[in-house]
Amino acid sequence: MSWSPSEPMVSIKDVHKSFGDLKVLNGVSLDVMKGDVICIIGPSGSGKSTLIRCVNALNDIQQGSILVEGQEVNDLHLNKLELRKKVGMVFQQYNLFPHKTALQNVMMAPVRVLKHDKVEAEATARALLKKVRLEGKEAAFPGELSGGQQQRVAIARSLAMQPDVMLFDEVTAALDPETVGEVLQTIKDLAEDGMTCILVTHEMGFAREIADHVYFTDRGVIVEHGPPETFFKDAKDPRTREFLSQIL
Amino acid sequence: MTYKTDLPVMLPVTPREAEPFLRLSLWHAIPIAAVCIVGPSLAFAADGIAILSPLAVLANWAPLLLKGFVFNLVISISAMGLGTAAGAMLGLGQISPNRAMRGSSWFVTQFFRNAPWLVLLFFAMFLLPFEISILGLKIPFPDWFKAILGLSLPVMANVSEIVRGAVNSLPSGQWEAAESLAYTRRQTLWLIILPQCVKRMLPPWMNLYAILTMATVLASIVGVSEVMTLTGRALSAEGGRPELLAPFYGFVLLLFFAYCYPIARFTVRLEKKFSVIT
Repeated sequence: MSWSPSEPMVSIKDVHKSFGDLKVLNGVSLDVMKGDVICIIGPSGSGKSTLIRCVNALNDIQQGSILVEGQEVNDLHLNKLELRKKVGMVFQQYNLFPHKTALQNVMMAPVRVLKHDKVEAEATARALLKKVRLEGKEAAFPGELSGGQQQRVAIARSLAMQPDVMLFDEVTAALDPETVGEVLQTIKDLAEDGMTCILVTHEMGFAREIADHVYFTDRGVIVEHGPPETFFKDAKDPRTREFLSQIL
Repeated sequence: MTYKTDLPVMLPVTPREAEPFLRLSLWHAIPIAAVCIVGPSLAFAADGIAILSPLAVLANWAPLLLKGFVFNLVISISAMGLGTAAGAMLGLGQISPNRAMRGSSWFVTQFFRNAPWLVLLFFAMFLLPFEISILGLKIPFPDWFKAILGLSLPVMANVSEIVRGAVNSLPSGQWEAAESLAYTRRQTLWLIILPQCVKRMLPPWMNLYAILTMATVLASIVGVSEVMTLTGRALSAEGGRPELLAPFYGFVLLLFFAYCYPIARFTVRLEKKFSVIT
C-alpha cells in the first residue's frame, strides 16, 4: 500500500472490461508518473472513455489491476470515497449542478465531503474561479454561463477537492469551437503547475503541445504510444496512421 | 409566399385553434350554473304557492353545506399530507440500491396505484377498528380519520411514482459528477438530486391534489359527514322536493369548481414556466 513518488501514480495493468457481450477493454496497460500529462486518442468506441472511468471506479473492471498511488481499484472492499478524493474528473457534458451557483458548485464538495471550514472553502473556491478566469461569475447559475465557462467551473469544482490526478473525458467535445481555446488554456495552465493529467481527447494539436506521452487505442487495446514528437511524425502502425490522416 | 408542392410536410403549418364545444368558453359556465340553480326557483315562484322557493331553501342550508365542504378540504389536505410523506419514502425505496427494498417498494406502489380508490376506502373503513387501545388508553378511530387513511393510500402510490419518475428524469451525469466528487449516496440524493426534482414534481403533485379533492366525496358513500352526505340529508329533511335537486347539487359542483379550477390553472402555469427553464 505504501507508495512513493518514484513509482507510477496511476498504474494500469492488463485491464479487461466488457459490457455484456461487448468487450470494451482487452488488456490495456499504461503507467502515469506524478506530474505527467498523458493523452489517450482513438476512434469512437475504442474504449478510451471507459478506461479513464475505470480509474475512479465509475466503471468496474473484470480483470487486471489499476493502482492509484498504490491503492488497488479492482477490489470489492475498495473505499471508493477515499479513491475519489484523490482523483478528480471532468466530463464532456460538464455536469454542473444546475440548482447551485458557480461558487456553490465549487465549494460544496470541500464543505460537505472534506468537512472543510465554510469560510476557508469559499475563499479557496473564489481563488479557483479566478484561476480559471471566471472572476465575477461566482453568483451565476450554470444555465447563465456559456459551455466553455461551465466547463471551466467544472474544472475548478474538481480542483477544489485538491486531487492528485485529474481525468478529462473529452472535455471540449461538446463545446462551441470559439470556447474550446479557453478550456484548453485552463488545462494547459494546470499541466504547467505540475498536475498529473490523463486526457481523453480529439484535439490532436493540443495533445501534441502539452502531452508527455500519447496513447492510441483501438478496439480495446493500445495500438501504439510514444512521446508526441515521434508519435505524430512517424507512427508505425497502419491503424494509427490511418486515424491520424483522417483527423489531421 | 406559396409553395408548389403536394408533399404535406412542405406545406406551411397553420396551427388550428382548438374549437370550444358549442363555442362555449369557460366563463359561460357561471351563467349556465346560475340558470340551473335559479331557474327552478323562478319557475317555482311563478307557481305562487306559499312555501319557500328553492333558492331560499338553499340559502338556509348553504352555511351547513359550506361547513361540509370545508370538511372535504380538511380530508383532502390531511390525506395529501399523509400520502405525500408515505409516498416520498416509498418513492425513495423504489430507487434504493438495495434490491429487496426496490422490489417491495415497487410492488406496494403498483398495488395501490392500480386499485380503485373506492375499494381502498372501503377497506380502510371496514378493516380498521373503531378505536385502538394503547396501554389501557382508548384512542377512538372516527370515520373521517379512516377516510383520510383510505384516501391517502392511492395518493401515496401516486406520489411514489412521481418521485421515482422525477429522479429518473435527471441526467445520469448528475449522479456521476457527484460520485466523482466523493459524495456519499445519501448526500448525492439530498443535496443534488432531490432539490432538482422538486420543480419537476410540483405540477403532477398539484394535479394529484386536485383529483384527490374531487375524490373526497367518495367518503359520503361510507357515511362521513362531508358535503355530499349533508346535501343528501338536507334534501331529505326538505321532504325530497325534486325541484331542489338541481340547485343543491349545482351548488356543490360550483364549490368544487371554484376550488379546483384555480389549482389546475396554476399547475399549467408552473408546467410552462419550468419547461422553459430546465
